[in-house]
Amino acid sequence: MGSQAHAAEHHHEENFFTKYLFSHDHKMIAKQFLITGMFMATIGMLMSVLFRLQLAWPGESFGILNFFLGDKWAPDGVLDPNMYLALGTIHGTIMVFFLLTAGLSGTFANLLIPLQIGARDMASGFMNMLSYWLFAGSSVIMIVSLFVEKGPAAAGWTVYPPLSALEQAVPGSGLGMTLWLVSMALFVASQLIGGLNYIVTVINLRTKGMKMTRLPLSIWALLVTAILGLLSFPVLFSAVLLLIFDRSFGTSFYLSDIYIAGEALEQSGGSPILYQHLFWFLGHPEVYIILLPALGLTSEIISTNSRKPIFGYRAMIGSILAIGFLSFIVWGHHMFVTGMDPFIGAVFTFTTLLIAIPSAVKAFNYITTLWKGNISFTPAMMFSVGMVSTFISGGLTGIILADSALDINLHDTYFVVAHFHIVMGMSAVLAMFAGVYHWFPKMYGRMLNKGLGYAHFWLTFIGGYGVFFPMHFLGLAGIPRRYYTNSEFPLFDAFIDMNVLMTVFAIIGSLGQFLFFFNFFYSMYRGPKATQNPWKANTLEWTTPVEHVHGNWPGALPEVHRWAYDYSKPGKEEDFVPQNVPLAEGESDGEH
Amino acid sequence: MTVIAYIVIILGILTLIQLVRVFEITGKLKGNNQTEVSDAENRFHGASFLVFMVAYFAFFIYIVVKYGPHLLPEAASEHGANIDMVLNLNFAIIITAFVITHILLFFFASKYAGSKHRKAEYVTHNNKLELIWTTVPAVVLAVIVIYGLSAWIDITDEPSEEAIKVELYSKQFGWIARYPGEDNELGKANYLFLNGTNPLGLITPATIETRITELEADIVKLEKAIEEAPEDGLKEKELTEDLDWKVRQLRKIKTYQKKNEVNPYTAGSDDKVAMAGEFHVPVNQEISFSFRSQDVVHSAYMPHFRAQMNSVPGTVTTFKFTPTITTEEMRKKTSNPDFNYLLLCNKICGAAHYNMQMNIIVESEEDYNKWLAEQKSFEENTTAEVPTASNDKLAQK
Repeated sequence: MGSQAHAAEHHHEENFFTKYLFSHDHKMIAKQFLITGMFMATIGMLMSVLFRLQLAWPGESFGILNFFLGDKWAPDGVLDPNMYLALGTIHGTIMVFFLLTAGLSGTFANLLIPLQIGARDMASGFMNMLSYWLFAGSSVIMIVSLFVEKGPAAAGWTVYPPLSALEQAVPGSGLGMTLWLVSMALFVASQLIGGLNYIVTVINLRTKGMKMTRLPLSIWALLVTAILGLLSFPVLFSAVLLLIFDRSFGTSFYLSDIYIAGEALEQSGGSPILYQHLFWFLGHPEVYIILLPALGLTSEIISTNSRKPIFGYRAMIGSILAIGFLSFIVWGHHMFVTGMDPFIGAVFTFTTLLIAIPSAVKAFNYITTLWKGNISFTPAMMFSVGMVSTFISGGLTGIILADSALDINLHDTYFVVAHFHIVMGMSAVLAMFAGVYHWFPKMYGRMLNKGLGYAHFWLTFIGGYGVFFPMHFLGLAGIPRRYYTNSEFPLFDAFIDMNVLMTVFAIIGSLGQFLFFFNFFYSMYRGPKATQNPWKANTLEWTTPVEHVHGNWPGALPEVHRWAYDYSKPGKEEDFVPQNVPLAEGESDGEH
Repeated sequence: MTVIAYIVIILGILTLIQLVRVFEITGKLKGNNQTEVSDAENRFHGASFLVFMVAYFAFFIYIVVKYGPHLLPEAASEHGANIDMVLNLNFAIIITAFVITHILLFFFASKYAGSKHRKAEYVTHNNKLELIWTTVPAVVLAVIVIYGLSAWIDITDEPSEEAIKVELYSKQFGWIARYPGEDNELGKANYLFLNGTNPLGLITPATIETRITELEADIVKLEKAIEEAPEDGLKEKELTEDLDWKVRQLRKIKTYQKKNEVNPYTAGSDDKVAMAGEFHVPVNQEISFSFRSQDVVHSAYMPHFRAQMNSVPGTVTTFKFTPTITTEEMRKKTSNPDFNYLLLCNKICGAAHYNMQMNIIVESEEDYNKWLAEQKSFEENTTAEVPTASNDKLAQK
């Protein structure tokens, strides 16, 4: 076997620790990110079900609340208002950072970058391992923060000071908040180390013939994502650091003129708005750090399963770059009602609406890729088509929120919650599932069960829309988010049954995820063995053997002769031509 | 009970495992596997997307019909009507785009469901088409930007000279409204002046004196406590820090005293303070709001007026609008005798964030003036017992 030849070159014994825990191999690290992300996501999902119970049936007693939260946070099964805020905070933190940033990019950047560009591994295997272990450490600290006496951070996932800075303001701003900040600091370190590695790998380690204009869109998306992370995460780090200073060392970066719990605080001269600027300078690129990999993965999957080139490959690259650039100059749209200068507000409205153009291009390109295709509805394809739908549905409401005048009335209402859960949450989660179904054979050498995959898709897709679509109407009726209950205002009484409906969908959708967990772990050991190229795809990862070998290819690295999208090319017998197949005489690779 | 639940869960998982194996084995016998998707399956999934599309649109229409009437009532402010117009324009555009793209997406998904007897068409790009779908959104967005920004510029314009000034002061978890007195000027305030009788921290000659007396008494008390503190030094250190801070506060307040001698802080004395869970404004007159916060960031959200502004500790923010419909008229319009305009908090601020409210009464100028005349001035108030805001109970909880 060829793998033996290669193994002989790099002869080293692998024991349990070096193979599964402190592995330098990008494929193993990808799996570590995936499983850790899935674990965190389960916690985040459970939390959302717990607070949705309170929102649907405010003040009612639930055994399950008492079971998970105990007598302290759910006395007699009724959720405590402080714990409600904490659940929302940690749910948001876990989903945005731990699942959709580290879980999504961490898994697929690690798995796909070396495999799709034709590299033996990441530029630095050690840094890659370090990135995972910093992430794991940060996850552990976040979980530990759930168990401290006064509860975890409860100031919303954006942790705006002064609420997040003062324990007198909310109990979660004590030790829980300290741990949150430490966890995020480690998380940022993990992202920076990982991102740097991804960028260097894509730039330097492409195999012969893999020009930038031949890169699969997944790699383009992951590359731009890593660049965004590298430029924006340090700003979050400084925001977190200054908040730690304000909390623990008496500085006044964010605090000024505060009178709380019967005492005037000494801090003066700071501004809470400064924190918001720093936070959203990361926070908005972060949205695209989540979304771009999702778009990249679905581009691959849709093209492969439509058996058709992705429509407008260069336009797709152009939109990724445009979105990446614009994402840095729109953060102020989160702050239209902070009292910022109206002129600046107008500029942010303009730049934000500009993003709609490349986004529209992407949506149209997806739809046109399906047109005249020969679509194979694998579970991954189902999730991808679902993602195109959520990307459009959620993206369009962004046009309304980007408009500063309209945002005045919709800011921080459920309309916003609906918007970002559909466009960012659902799209990225659907794309992540699509990626797992598509690349599971590459990760574990076995196939996931198809039937369970379809069932999982419909439960997730319908469950998600069922929860988030009605939220638009709550927002239009003026119901603010982060309310422990909407029952204090007769104005909102008409929406009580809508909250019940949404919670029922949330429960259905969450239960649906157990089909996935079951399928995942069952197929890992018992699933049918995968063939080398089960989806008849063009990209290089499918030219590696099913059994993982160190260095990915047993022999020489493959050479690339064409772009990744030669599906159903006229004059070819098969409806796919892998990238490493040389051009036939007279065949050109310049038409795209 | 719990044991039974665990047994059921375990049995459920085992059943699932067996079912999956049965399906896999029968699937193998039938010749299909986990990789290939048969033509029949493709047709089925394509069609299921079409069914989903119909259900999605139906769900949309059902919600609009059922909850449409319960959305916010007609905008009750001048700019609110304008915002609603722009909002409706935006909705018309995005719903059109939503319907068209979804029909195309799901129609193509079902029409081009895979077949073994067909090959996809090799289409890589189409410059003309791409130019169209880049330009069309750009033009539509330009329209949206123009309408949106002209509304924005109008809303954020400076308030007129005649506008009625109202200050909304936020704290965990309630609001206080303040109106200028005869001089039509809101008196200055600073958080160092906050105490039981001065819930807004107003600076007046009287409050300066009160705070100086209070602080001097505190300082004497602290100095005594330090002398009596135990030898270990821990308590002493804490008390000394406290003392230092009081001394600095006293020094700061004395600077106000000096300024007061030159140019007395008279504006605050006649300010009127409304704390009784509601505040009043006259109809058809511009109201110029300013916002301050005592502790954390809150947000003054008045949905019926399409108005919102954060109140941020350490700074003053502003917002202006002109109410156009009185509370009475709106009660008739909504045929709801209990209807009230609301001021809500819309920035997460702690445990009782969900219940930090105040009613807004819009009334004729006559009624408004009558109500305002009944409100006591700050000076009168400080001599009487200060009423506590309705939500202070929650703050303690």
